[in-house]
Amino acid sequence: MKFAHTLLAAAGMAAAFAAAPARADNFTEQDLEIWQSEFQSAVARGREVFTDPKLGSNGVTCNQCHPNGANIHPETYPKFQKQLGKVIVMAEMINWCILNPLKGDRLDLNDPRMVAIQAYITYERRGIPLEAGKH
Amino acid sequence: MTFNRRSLLRAGGGLAAGSLLPLSIVKLAFGDEAQDFTFAFISDSHIQQIKGTEFVRNWDRGLIRAVAECNLMRPRPDFVVYGGDIAQLAKPEEIDHGLDMLSALRYDVKYVMGEHDYYLDLGEYWSKQLGDQYYSFDHKGVHFVVLNSILTYDDWTFNRWSSGEERMSVMAGLDDPRGSPFMVGEKQRKWLKKDLSKIDKSTPIVVLSHSPLQKIFRNWNFWTEDADDVQAILAPFDKVTVFYGHVHQIQYNQIGNIAFHSAMATAWPWPYPGSYAQAANHLPVLTVPMNRGDPFFERDATGWQFIDMHTGRADVHYSLPQNENRVVAFNEKTGRPEDTEFQDEDTRIPPQFHY
Repeated sequence: MKFAHTLLAAAGMAAAFAAAPARADNFTEQDLEIWQSEFQSAVARGREVFTDPKLGSNGVTCNQCHPNGANIHPETYPKFQKQLGKVIVMAEMINWCILNPLKGDRLDLNDPRMVAIQAYITYERRGIPLEAGKH
Repeated sequence: MTFNRRSLLRAGGGLAAGSLLPLSIVKLAFGDEAQDFTFAFISDSHIQQIKGTEFVRNWDRGLIRAVAECNLMRPRPDFVVYGGDIAQLAKPEEIDHGLDMLSALRYDVKYVMGEHDYYLDLGEYWSKQLGDQYYSFDHKGVHFVVLNSILTYDDWTFNRWSSGEERMSVMAGLDDPRGSPFMVGEKQRKWLKKDLSKIDKSTPIVVLSHSPLQKIFRNWNFWTEDADDVQAILAPFDKVTVFYGHVHQIQYNQIGNIAFHSAMATAWPWPYPGSYAQAANHLPVLTVPMNRGDPFFERDATGWQFIDMHTGRADVHYSLPQNENRVVAFNEKTGRPEDTEFQDEDTRIPPQFHY
């Protein structure tokens, strides 16, 4: 058992999925570390995008108005966005910001940059209870 | 005791009727009226060059609007203070474009240095255009002091960066962990002591700085490293008021004899530090926060302010183009600045709760 897991970890994530044995819920501390580190890479990538003057077209960056991702409140989405008149997920509001203050083009919701931005914003807000719908 | 009613903004003028502020104030005059006057305070325009003669339109509009409204004040303010951060990256093009818009002001302007004006060339271009980075002047019995409070440790300033551009871009990121805390520094503190040594302790003192001369939140430099030392120099005076920019939000406080007031930005609002969940902050409990901004209205949670000085105390009138105006006035009974409408907990409205 132990030997098999070490091999998996060494082979990396892609190989791990491909070569996983038929034991569905077996994972180790080492797996947890790998998954955490994958997530942290997304957070780091998100911080890069969040501070990238090239995300939009006018040099304005996300952190110019939202230092440390503050005042975004990821824990309150999905929520009724009164200005749009409907319930939306956070990514739609991120696109609103990219389109308007940043004068950029909207990102696909599964664009790796969009995923990374959300990883960063949510990580900066860690520890705050979920409160979907709150204003 | 006399009551004076003054209309501060003339009806009519260049702006749409809806944006005119038919303000009038009832003023209690119980001292030397020669010391009573108003001045306007505009701050944090962050004029940002895209390329060539192209600038971020949103930030331009904020400054243009503040200048236009300021020009409509009646009676006229005695002068205008600009609280720092004309530019975003201290480029000469940004400073020039900002000063061009500010040149429409029909009043004398006193300038304060901000970090966004400074860290490209250590204030060289700013000083070439505007002169001294710290100075004092007297006006109608009040002694004004302007400090450059955005200096930092020499090692950070001189030894870490490959270029002025790199240094500026790091300091421009409010939340950049490679930044460094602001300070007035020993040289200016010595100068301040000397400057104030000639002033009678009963003379009202007004200090103008870019960063708060009080410690609120170090991560975003809502902070001045040697604030305690500066406060100690100001402590012997009966009436001291400190005005600062940098924070892009309403803050006020009273520490001993010193009243503190922040200025709104014309460019964009910043979150209150308490909305960043990962670090402790010390927002003064006295402060009733501004309304949470609505980004769908470009000018919401931005603005400018005028200050009504009376017998050495300051009432701050926040002019908020897309929101209800706010007034934070010195309360002689409690000896501190208070919001004239929302100070009591039970008078506050939902948008003033930040989380």
